[in-house]
Amino acid sequence: MKNKRALFAVPYVGWMALFVVAPIVMVVLYAFTAASGGFTLENFARIGGYAVVFTRSFQLALIATVICLLIGYPVAYMISREGPRFQRVAMMLVMLPMWMNFLLRTYSWMSILENTGLLNRFFSAIGLFSLINRLFGVQLEYFPMINTQGAVVLGMVYNYLPFMILPIYSVIEKLDSSLLEAARDLGANSLGVFRKVILPLSLPGVLSGVTMVFVPSVSTFAISKLLGGSNELLLGDLIEQYFVGTSYNPYLGSAVALVMMVIVVVCMAVMNRFGEGEEQAVML
Amino acid sequence: MSKELIRLADCCMAFDGELVLDHINLYFNDSEFLTLLGPSGCGKTTTLRIIGGFITPTSGEVLFDGVRMNDIPPNLRQVNTVFQRYALFPHLNVFENVAFGLRIPKTEGGRKVKIPEAEIRRRVLEMLEVVSLKGFEQRRINELSGGQQQRVAIARALVNRPKVLLLDEPLGALDLRLRKDMQNELKRIQQQLGITFIYVTHDQEEALAMSDTIVVMDQGKIQQIGTPEDVYNEPKNAFVADFIGESNILDGVMHEDYVVEFFNRKFKCLDKGFSPMEPVDVVIRPEDIDIVPKEAGQLRGTVTSVTFKGVHYDTIVDFKGFKWLIQTTDYHPEGETIGIVLNPDDIHIMHKSQYSGLFGDYSSYSEEYEEMDDASLGGEGGDEE
Amino acid sequence: MSRKSRGFNRVLMALIFLFLYAPIFVLIVFSFNDSSSRTVWQGFTLRWYEELVRDRAITSALWTTLLVSLLATVIATAAGTMAAVGLFHMKKRWRRPLMTVNSIPMTNADIVTGVSLCLLFVAFFAGWADFARWINAVQGLVRLPVRLHMGFGTLLIAHITFNIPYVILNVSPKLRQMDKNLVDAAQDLGCTWLQAFRKVVLPEIKPGIVSGALIAFTMSVDDFVISYFTAGSGTSTLAMVVYGMTKRRISPKINAVSTLLFITVLALLVVVNVREARQEQLADQRKL
Repeated sequence: MKNKRALFAVPYVGWMALFVVAPIVMVVLYAFTAASGGFTLENFARIGGYAVVFTRSFQLALIATVICLLIGYPVAYMISREGPRFQRVAMMLVMLPMWMNFLLRTYSWMSILENTGLLNRFFSAIGLFSLINRLFGVQLEYFPMINTQGAVVLGMVYNYLPFMILPIYSVIEKLDSSLLEAARDLGANSLGVFRKVILPLSLPGVLSGVTMVFVPSVSTFAISKLLGGSNELLLGDLIEQYFVGTSYNPYLGSAVALVMMVIVVVCMAVMNRFGEGEEQAVML
Repeated sequence: MSKELIRLADCCMAFDGELVLDHINLYFNDSEFLTLLGPSGCGKTTTLRIIGGFITPTSGEVLFDGVRMNDIPPNLRQVNTVFQRYALFPHLNVFENVAFGLRIPKTEGGRKVKIPEAEIRRRVLEMLEVVSLKGFEQRRINELSGGQQQRVAIARALVNRPKVLLLDEPLGALDLRLRKDMQNELKRIQQQLGITFIYVTHDQEEALAMSDTIVVMDQGKIQQIGTPEDVYNEPKNAFVADFIGESNILDGVMHEDYVVEFFNRKFKCLDKGFSPMEPVDVVIRPEDIDIVPKEAGQLRGTVTSVTFKGVHYDTIVDFKGFKWLIQTTDYHPEGETIGIVLNPDDIHIMHKSQYSGLFGDYSSYSEEYEEMDDASLGGEGGDEE
Repeated sequence: MSRKSRGFNRVLMALIFLFLYAPIFVLIVFSFNDSSSRTVWQGFTLRWYEELVRDRAITSALWTTLLVSLLATVIATAAGTMAAVGLFHMKKRWRRPLMTVNSIPMTNADIVTGVSLCLLFVAFFAGWADFARWINAVQGLVRLPVRLHMGFGTLLIAHITFNIPYVILNVSPKLRQMDKNLVDAAQDLGCTWLQAFRKVVLPEIKPGIVSGALIAFTMSVDDFVISYFTAGSGTSTLAMVVYGMTKRRISPKINAVSTLLFITVLALLVVVNVREARQEQLADQRKL
């Protein structure tokens, strides 16, 4: 009887096979197919030429993830220490920006960061530039902020920070308060409680937060275009080019996507293995 | 006087190849309070779920009034169940929980019949009165105490006027005091409504206090069926003797009718019909033993520990290395040598069984036994499915 | 926690929220700017809101976005709930690998999901063309369209695909938390399994279904990358219009429509939260 009800999942399994598994199989197939048809490894050989893009993408995504973690963890922790009312409002405020399209929010950063943007106008209005020019004898009219790697990282941090705060918060918030009291009771000070109990127990949240920030960061294509200008090409831009842009080549694009996916999966697997080890160490 | 309602004929149940019920043959009479008693994992809940229709036996037949019911789903059976931990619907208030079964349209003669709202109201209120919950109609379930939830669960089942009510460890989650009150309450309700209760518990006191008939089960088999007095006074094997009440169980040899030998001494007893010189299990209840001065005793032993129990003392006495539990109202200090006298009706003889030698020695007896029993209260149910 | 460190924490949090909301604030302010400049304030106007209504590209994109999000949410919620029930009754040995597959659309990079679906659709359309031509050749009764395009249909399929996992993720725990005897109890009281599901299971897992649907809807409205690769050239969501504009310059009309959306959501959230808070207060009072 029990098994009969499992049949409810059948349409879903079919759907997933068709629209999740099959498309990924297509990517793999295309990656190994030449434009003229037939098996080839050439697509992968050509990827070698994009090593710079790969390195840059992973580098920027890593930096953005680390910054998100450094900001997101304390914020999640602080929110969880507040009263229930404050917590609810704060978490709502964290989620709310997601309702404003991310392209628009990123575009808004352009207005802020541009050479003639709001921030530079503000600096010049308070006389920062004339001060610097007088002090150092330079002719500075603005800080070049847009079209730099820094701006791209800022865009990533800005867009994906909520994805770091959310999982960490939901893990910390569920921590049994008697656990913390027990740790205190056993002689740990606040720092000790945090290091020995809260941090290890919130690790699953950190891991999922890291995944949720790193994956979209490494594969982003719009943010880099808006904030990085044309000279900071990332993996996402590369893939987009081959599927939509002028240099249409889904075979090469699939190869890039496949290699990126494999690297990400390997990174995540290593990280999770590492995380599990940590957890077990704590259990012991 | 009593008519047979339900019969389990040669029922077996296996989960993933593991035999949970082993050829169960059992019938249930009209208006009786029958208890399935046994330790957790003995198959009692499985038996109940077969009657309720939640599972179908692997082999054998379930008969209601002589009609095969194996494949009839629970909603079409005239039995209702009070579940472990009640299973009340948390999104409905007390009234709606009780009215739940009445609001399901029944098909009668191919037509859907709905019970009119006025009648539903009348029957629900009537039933809430039976379980002493008048005035609680609008309460939410999570605003009720355990005992009140229990009553709602009973009312919800009984309002459908089942012929048989199945109760699966209904008092397991209540504290001791409340459990005693509810025992009386359940017995009263059963007698007032005159329907059959099939009651599952692992608590032997509960079973003895409430039942007309007790079915003792272990390892998927029925060990004994009888009235509370029967199973207490005439246990069929060492398992029953040990599980129901406290027992000293020793090896003996039946010399002839009414004569049994143990500890190298012959005793008179009331049992007969054993083969000459048949090895047997001898059961002596701790409260039946009289302590006398050592000179006057049939057997002599040394007191090794005494525990005050309120009404009596639990005195552990060492007889040649075999420790007995004796319950007396007199205090005998540790180290004292005492004698005991056994009257013929204090001695119960049982055939040897697979349980022989497993129970009955109190050399490792301690308070923990009982505590462990209590701890297993909540653990039932999941392990059987 | 000492008062001083709490004050410090609050200042830090305020800074983070400033960071999160500064661009949104800028965006909203400049939707009222009496100039199409996005950095120089030229005075207050509602001009962009008026023009917005007349802009076919934006209104139809808004319509497409809402329609696809709504349809995808409804379908994904129904399908996901059904799937969660099926998975719940499944043996662990089967459920485990399926849950792994279920998490792919959530953890995989959006762009990979997008291009992989795009490849699938293109390949399917190619296969379909051959099939249609063959059918049309062997019989004359039905004319099958030979050329299919990506459009609203493929967009909807993509949205449903990445929404279902979120619904399952929200409904499954509610099913697991439910007292297993509840269904038995309902059946015992005369329900068929379906009646029991409707009367007992559904109310029990409703919070999970609602939050799953909310998340699905949010994801749909917010999505750009997957839509971009699966909507084809004829269909545009709001995000795609915005992206198209970023190549030249974004009209303040977009600021205006986003502001409207944002305010609507904000208002809804406030209402929901106030209501929840009030209900909790009531519940607290009842307990006392």
